[in-house]
Amino acid sequence: MTTTAARNRAILWLAGPAYLWLLATVLLPLAAMLYFSFLTVSPLSGTPEFTLAHYRTFFTQEVYLVNAGRSMMLGLHVTLLCLAFGYPAAWVLARVIKNRWREAMLLLVVLPFWSNGLVRTFSWTMVLTDYGLIGRALHAVWPGAPSIEIMNSYPAILVGLTHAYLPYVVLTCYVSLQGINPSLTEAARSLGASWGQVFLRVILPLSLPGIIAGAMLTFVPVMGSFMEPRILGGTQAIMLGTLIENQFTAAFNWPLGAALGFVMLGAVFLLMALFWPLIRRHVQGVAA
Amino acid sequence: MSRMFGVLARSYLGLVLLFLYVPILVMMIMAFNKSPLYMLPFRFDTVWFGKLAENERLLRATWNSVWIALANMAIATSLGTMVALAFARYDFPGKRFLQGLLMPPLVIPWLITGTAMLIFFFWTGIGRGLHSILLGHVALSLPYVVIVISARMQSFGAVFEEAAASLGATPWQVFRRVSLPLMAPGIVAAALFAFAISFDQFVISYFLAPVGISILPVEIYSSIRQGFTPEINAISTIVILVSMALMIAFARLSSFSGER
Repeated sequence: MTTTAARNRAILWLAGPAYLWLLATVLLPLAAMLYFSFLTVSPLSGTPEFTLAHYRTFFTQEVYLVNAGRSMMLGLHVTLLCLAFGYPAAWVLARVIKNRWREAMLLLVVLPFWSNGLVRTFSWTMVLTDYGLIGRALHAVWPGAPSIEIMNSYPAILVGLTHAYLPYVVLTCYVSLQGINPSLTEAARSLGASWGQVFLRVILPLSLPGIIAGAMLTFVPVMGSFMEPRILGGTQAIMLGTLIENQFTAAFNWPLGAALGFVMLGAVFLLMALFWPLIRRHVQGVAA
Repeated sequence: MSRMFGVLARSYLGLVLLFLYVPILVMMIMAFNKSPLYMLPFRFDTVWFGKLAENERLLRATWNSVWIALANMAIATSLGTMVALAFARYDFPGKRFLQGLLMPPLVIPWLITGTAMLIFFFWTGIGRGLHSILLGHVALSLPYVVIVISARMQSFGAVFEEAAASLGATPWQVFRRVSLPLMAPGIVAAALFAFAISFDQFVISYFLAPVGISILPVEIYSSIRQGFTPEINAISTIVILVSMALMIAFARLSSFSGER
């Protein structure tokens, strides 16, 4: 039928260019990276042969395993910090603040997330020192205050990354908390549940999809972070992310960098596969 | 809920906002401090903004950033609008798959996307440079553009277009006179978003920028690595004000809080 042919042509012309672009800039590059990760040398600099050596390197050399562990821990710590501070903030936004104020506050919380991350990381170098504006002011009003000089340390990386991803966690938790019908909590209360029970049995389970979504959207990019540790971490900066960056910008061992990248990507996909059923069941449960 | 509790809850939110904004404010204030070594007490001066105007490298990097962001905005918004139109108006096998294909740029860490692009572009002879940075930025912006415009299109059905077509309008007239005006707020919002994504993007640009050619975030990063100067504060102040202004305009156009 000509109408079907015309329809198919329309779809092809509308969606084709964008997907060709994605193919050339994301999908083919990932395939090329996978191919490189199995080569002895980059095809640009020699005659490559097939090898598993780079993956073997990751699993046998201590420096990679240790730093992969450090990256995991960093992801875990930042995610937990973001949830601990972000979830209550999301709850306040969803249940205490009303109407136009809520909209304004939500915008204020989310705004930093979409502004320049590099600049925000840099701004922490102005704060985490005893000799800056904040340090001076703190010691002026409270002479015995503990030192806030934590630049070039692991805690500094934690602060910077928590600052970076907190808005996103607030947003995802807010969306699922706002979707909970308030009459459910009232019903639970009137049937004799304590506030603690209401939280554990009603609010927490219903907002779990938002928590998991926020956790994933924080954990994954934090694992791949290298700029924040480099600026804030000093000697504590070495993570799997910075090791990968190093292979591409300093050591120029692209096949090894590609293999390390795919190990990280594998961990990301594993995590998504693990959590996806949990989110999906909850999404369907809420919808039903 | 008791009054006391409400006050506590609001104060908590206030503290979270302080945490989010105080570092940025401190950084901005220090851009106006006269001392090159960040020495206090504070002495107001705009000398560092004046220095920016004389910094050739930085000016060139800023120029590159703005051009890339504008080109990215034009390309990503056009391609994304077309995809959103196809998704909203047609049902076809493989649609879910195509929607899923938008996810990789969103969920894969930029470090990996960036290095993969570096490998592929080098291997195929595309090389590094402003052109490959643009290729990468469009790929990162496309999913967001499609999502923002699709959300707008869900707010009105295909009835207007069908009515126009049944009254004898050609497909182009339907698009130009009916679909486009209805989609317009979504398209403008998506365009602002695309500009901001490109203007703020660091990781992809970092891997794709060759020696000698630079764009703003990469230039700021290398200055930070060389040591802090108030000049970095000055340029950072400008960058963050621009991106926040863009996102406020975006939020006004797209009502992202989902209340309306």
